[in-house]
Amino acid sequence: MTFLQFAFYFFASVLVFAAAMVVTIRNPVKSALFLVLAFFSAACVWITLQAEFLAIVLVLVYVGAVMVLFLFVVMMLDINIAELRAGFTRYLPVGGVVAVLLVVEIVFVLARTFSPQQFANPPSHAADYSNTRELGELLYTTYVYPFEIAAFILLVAIIAAIALTMRARAPRKRIDPVRQVQTRREDRLRIVKMKSASRTAHRDQQDDAS
Amino acid sequence: MNFASLNAAAARAEIFLAVAACAILLLGVYGDQARRAARCYGLSLVALVIAALLNGLDFSAANGSAFNHMFIADPMAKLLKIAICVLSAAAFVYGRQYNRHRGIFESEYYVLGLFAVTGMLVMASANHLLTLYLGLELMSLCLYAMIAYYRDDRLATEAAMKYFVLGALASSMLLYGMSLLYGFTGSLQLSVISSVLTADAATAAQPQAAIALAVVFIVVALAFKLGVAPFHMWVPDVYHGAPTSTTAFLSAAPKIAAFAITMRLIVGGLNALPDIWQQMLILLALLSVAIGNIIAIAQRNLKRMLAYSTVAHMGFFLFGIASGNAPGYSAALFYVLIYALMGLGAFGVILMLARPEYEADQLADLKGLSKRNPWLAFLLLLLMLSMAGLPPTVGFFAKLAVIHALVQSGLLWVAVLAVLLAVIGAFYYLRVIKLVYFDQPPSADPATAAQTTTTITEGDIAVSPAAILLLSCNVLAIIALLPWIHYLIAICNEVIRRFAV
Repeated sequence: MTFLQFAFYFFASVLVFAAAMVVTIRNPVKSALFLVLAFFSAACVWITLQAEFLAIVLVLVYVGAVMVLFLFVVMMLDINIAELRAGFTRYLPVGGVVAVLLVVEIVFVLARTFSPQQFANPPSHAADYSNTRELGELLYTTYVYPFEIAAFILLVAIIAAIALTMRARAPRKRIDPVRQVQTRREDRLRIVKMKSASRTAHRDQQDDAS
Repeated sequence: MNFASLNAAAARAEIFLAVAACAILLLGVYGDQARRAARCYGLSLVALVIAALLNGLDFSAANGSAFNHMFIADPMAKLLKIAICVLSAAAFVYGRQYNRHRGIFESEYYVLGLFAVTGMLVMASANHLLTLYLGLELMSLCLYAMIAYYRDDRLATEAAMKYFVLGALASSMLLYGMSLLYGFTGSLQLSVISSVLTADAATAAQPQAAIALAVVFIVVALAFKLGVAPFHMWVPDVYHGAPTSTTAFLSAAPKIAAFAITMRLIVGGLNALPDIWQQMLILLALLSVAIGNIIAIAQRNLKRMLAYSTVAHMGFFLFGIASGNAPGYSAALFYVLIYALMGLGAFGVILMLARPEYEADQLADLKGLSKRNPWLAFLLLLLMLSMAGLPPTVGFFAKLAVIHALVQSGLLWVAVLAVLLAVIGAFYYLRVIKLVYFDQPPSADPATAAQTTTTITEGDIAVSPAAILLLSCNVLAIIALLPWIHYLIAICNEVIRRFAV
């Protein structure tokens, strides 16, 4: 076993372990942290495949941005995990049997037909080979059409998220700076003529007595 | 890669629509709430019509491809795109008043609609698994948001959530199937996949079981997206829960897009393996025609009933694909276009009947409609006759074409079962006619009752005459098209003949 193989199997088993922990552990914060571990192990596996750019982007985007946000949300929301898992044990036997059957079938079919030996090894590149540049060239030339569609999907996600959450609730308290600046004294201040305080106080006392 | 292979002009409708949607999104920021929504609504209609025209201009031009063969422009794509744009615009017109009453007449709703249409156009001319999937996701994401847009309604939120979760599940299955297919053929391009599989089938080089596994995942995912039994569970809940304007939108153009993705993937990509997918499609189609037609009988809600009717109709169009020959594909194309017209019309009638605080979506609400609103009652009569497949309507010819294709490909027993199940389905369509024409109206008109409880002026409630006129044209088309029916079928045949693989 070469070092590369050892590294692959090590990171792959950490990845599988972390992924299993994400869905089985009770505490959502720990679950999110295990997802970070899973992403990190996946990035390491990609490094062994010489996909450095993808690995770094995975760590930067998913671990650095998405998971941190996710952790914030998990910590801020009071999620009752027991309630979410209410049907878990009830559906576990059926779901488990279906899942195991499916996995066995897939393994049975694919193990007989797919083997790494069928495929030629990818060509190895020199040390100064930049897969960032290669990816960029592909994305902006051959794959420009799917790339742009993916961009529109992200735009739609932004529009949908804002449209669904920024709702114009009926009594919305919002400051309109233009109106605020243009306000005059007459709009805010009203002078009311009132009788002197002593007589009203006197009458109040009489009311109380009667 | 150079500009000749880029050939972006072939995708001008998609590019125009996407840019127009972005522009409308920006225009929707200025002005007061009511004016900007009306402006965005109008501009969306203009954009959809222009996109349809852009596709119609060179309808009979030779097949072309763009973006390194990821995009294909054949007559089928153009025909489907024109139908998608026109029907989506009609759905917007029908739903305008409904949306205004429910506080969802907002610019973003129409922008999401335009992006959904863009996704459908992408699907219609996808020649690459990546663009196919991305177009599907673009459409689905917009649809989830459009369903959830009626935020004050618990049912709508629930429907959106259900659709989202099941849609994500279906997408993951599709992706898994696609990844297996990529593993076997070494390409994501449908034309390459097709030729590799054909070459392998000739030499028996590929392991059948493994390819079948990939096909199963793809067919199951498509069945989810089409909403055919036994993967139809989301259809009634989504159709019922969504605001009716969104249901009308859902019932027309996405069905055409679903036809496109089925044709591209199954007929375009997997045409070398008909004996693997044919049986699966026949089973799916039979189950959905049976389940759709039988469960629809038990429904008390008009939207749910039409949802089960959709399941049945989707099954019927799958018969066309399952027959595995060119007449079958052509019949399926004809069927799905006619169905989209009918489905949109049916939800259009519900939209016209709806008032503030009153959805008009119970079957009981239709009692005695002929006395209250004779014209809408007549339109509903035509729609139900056509959906049931009775002879004086195009619905009959659509069903006839599919059955004919089934018989031609030697699947006589399937054809017999299909006809029997369609007869069962006729029951609930005819029941609607009975309710509309022969039942006494309830003592208090529910529509007027709802009007009196809410203090809304008459002018605000009235449905615009333009919407009624468009709906009438839409519904009357299912009778008026009769003299040209052979011409239409000939167009479908020609389109399928030139279907680019």
